[in-house]
Amino acid sequence: MSKIEIGTEIPALELAPISRYTLALYAGASGDHNPIHIDSDFARKAGMPDVFAHGMLSMAYLGRMLTNWQPQAQLRKFGNRFAAITQLQDIITCSGKVVELLEQDGETLARCEIQATRADGDQTLIGEALVAIG
Amino acid sequence: MLDTSKIGHQFPAFTAYVEKGQLRFFAKAIGETNPIYTDEAIAREAGYRSLPAPPTFAMALDMDGPELLPVLGFLKMDIARILHGSQEFEYLAAICAGDSITVTSQITDIFDKKGGALNFVVMENTYVNQDDVLVAKATSTLVQRNG
Repeated sequence: MSKIEIGTEIPALELAPISRYTLALYAGASGDHNPIHIDSDFARKAGMPDVFAHGMLSMAYLGRMLTNWQPQAQLRKFGNRFAAITQLQDIITCSGKVVELLEQDGETLARCEIQATRADGDQTLIGEALVAIG
Repeated sequence: MLDTSKIGHQFPAFTAYVEKGQLRFFAKAIGETNPIYTDEAIAREAGYRSLPAPPTFAMALDMDGPELLPVLGFLKMDIARILHGSQEFEYLAAICAGDSITVTSQITDIFDKKGGALNFVVMENTYVNQDDVLVAKATSTLVQRNG
């Protein structure tokens, strides 16, 4: 692998459109059974146009991008805010880049800015990861 | 405004058992195809004692408690109006299949924004395994929309 430096881009991860099936699977697998993600009647009653994706599903996609790039054992911190709701059929792309290299506890860490973005360019998740690189 | 006197409240700890089948289901649900997360032999070759939990899996352990998001009932929040504001994990060691993880959860802040239109609750969780190793910490913010 080429040297990791400031500006190095993390290979992006483009996901399939969000479907009801995706949300049902994630509800079951994550234990997050909040009906707002899987029951359209409940979602509409709550004033939403329809069910929408769990924020943690998109965060898991960001996690996949990070662990595709570097082994998970090197991940020290990983966080994001949920800036916008991900709706059915949205196509999410995860991306990120190294913005700083720092030394901490005897190891070099890459501080990465990461985001999940809809096809229309709006960012749904905006966050940061610290990854040990040596 | 939610009841700010509840800042500092610690929920009863509980222990969640991490199962291989649960990790494989989680991997499928998030579209994870790296076999390290589903094939135990490959996970062992990579130095794990069994299948490792992906980075956001700790949140699924939270859901293994006696009720879904006990904070909602405790602060009289409405699940239909809850959004996830932010989430952060700090990783200190791996979580693997076969682990028993004790989850503690504390309310560390409660505040409003937009004149009370949005209520925020900040929670800090810790995850300790069967060998008393602190494996992860998490900070999460829940937001309740009003009106």
